[in-house]
Amino acid sequence: MSDYSAFSLLKNAFSGHRNWKSAWRKPEPRENYEVVIIGGGGHGLATAYYLAKIYGVRNIAVLEKGNLGGGNVGRNTTIVRSNYLLPANIRFYEYSMKLWEGLSREINYNVMFSQRGVLNLAHTPGQLDEYARRGNAMLMEGADAELLSREEISRRIPGLYTGQDTRFPILGGLNQPRAGTARHDAIAWGYARAADRQGVDIIENCEVIGFIKDGDTVTGLNTTRGEISAAKVGVSVAGSTSNVMKLAGIDKLPIESHVLQAFVTEPLKPLIDTVVTFGAGHLYISQSDKGGLVFGGDVDGYNSYAQRGNLPIFEHVAAAAVTMFPNLSRLRLLRNWGGIVDMSMDGSPIICKGPLPGLYLNAGWCYGGFKATPAAGHCFAHTIAKDEPHELNSKYTLDRFFNGNELDENGTGPIPALH
Amino acid sequence: MKIKCPICGKREASEYTYIGDATVKRPDVNNTDEQSWFEYVFQRRNPRGDHEEHWQHTAACRSILKVKRNTVTHKISSVDLEGPWQGQGEENN
Repeated sequence: MSDYSAFSLLKNAFSGHRNWKSAWRKPEPRENYEVVIIGGGGHGLATAYYLAKIYGVRNIAVLEKGNLGGGNVGRNTTIVRSNYLLPANIRFYEYSMKLWEGLSREINYNVMFSQRGVLNLAHTPGQLDEYARRGNAMLMEGADAELLSREEISRRIPGLYTGQDTRFPILGGLNQPRAGTARHDAIAWGYARAADRQGVDIIENCEVIGFIKDGDTVTGLNTTRGEISAAKVGVSVAGSTSNVMKLAGIDKLPIESHVLQAFVTEPLKPLIDTVVTFGAGHLYISQSDKGGLVFGGDVDGYNSYAQRGNLPIFEHVAAAAVTMFPNLSRLRLLRNWGGIVDMSMDGSPIICKGPLPGLYLNAGWCYGGFKATPAAGHCFAHTIAKDEPHELNSKYTLDRFFNGNELDENGTGPIPALH
Repeated sequence: MKIKCPICGKREASEYTYIGDATVKRPDVNNTDEQSWFEYVFQRRNPRGDHEEHWQHTAACRSILKVKRNTVTHKISSVDLEGPWQGQGEENN
């Protein structure tokens, strides 16, 4: 298949855009693969792409139980950032950020990565101190960060209420200028097309219903489209991790599945040209290219596989949005939905070999899966190909919980809903 | 989502605080086996379907409730009191 370019666009325009080829094949599953990735979301597709592109693995399949882009890769609020505190996390997400910066060229697909900045607001002097510390930690690891005063924030975001006569006045904020948003569907489709061009078989509507094992070693899968044997099986299924791993005989994991909601309002003229997060509750808000305000907050707070949430969270985020931007109070909501996030016990992800021979696990992404897609794909591919972790995911082990090496970014302890 | 507290009646879920999986049992304090503590603190079954969980009615009577709820439909099939009052909660649908 030819590259997408201005020229190909022009050429197809002359034939009325009727001759575009589909972006990936629809192959029948073969009986045997070297590597099978379960989960055709952003992470699974990126893993397959990097396995083929960087590690030279041929004969890869990605199994997706529904259609591509129907899971969390199409359900997030598209934010990309690396404003973390712990060195292992900053390094990983900053590497991801660097991959994002070259991604459209790398996969020849416009992912519309818009580095419009992500601003965290501070409402107390203590919080501002914490942001200064976080900003310094980011700078020391090579990420970018700037501490902004209230006056500067007021100048940059005119719609934001920065008056001090309110319960949570804005005192300042931490901005990461290189952070921003990307088009989430383009990640699924772009990686799918790029992986397909490397010869990866992407098999949709193929649900895994069982693992084939030789003793403890995973040797293949039973699927709704037949039996598939594989030397290595990678599991990259976000909120469904516990269910898929149960099929492999792993009954318990340090993961709970929770529902995280997102909301979009009716379109407006340009109002917010960055991503703003409220620091006294939990809200992040940005404006899409179509003009709708995209926002979300905390998980609902209880175990759920429902892909829809309840009203209290909506009330909470809407209240926070109106506190920050009083001019939004009469906006109507167009859509809302939920995604099932795999909340880990320390809020950090797991990319590791095991827990069974022949099995590899990529899970526990909490709220952070979308921005991590390129780096998670690369590191998971490395782990699968080399049978050892990449330097960047060497801390993201499954046994860190037993060993006391948790990466608890927020310091909230083993309570998944609080991360 | 509404939860029927055996003491206060049916109330909005926002009155309650989610505690978590009710099937994990705290090991005896004299138990020095690391594996059992690890399982208690970190390991969860995370079922898709019926889930036994603890909620506390924090905005009212503060009772800790044992709730059986389906994680796919959010339908609650039973609510009971926890502790010495266990079994005194009524069936709830």
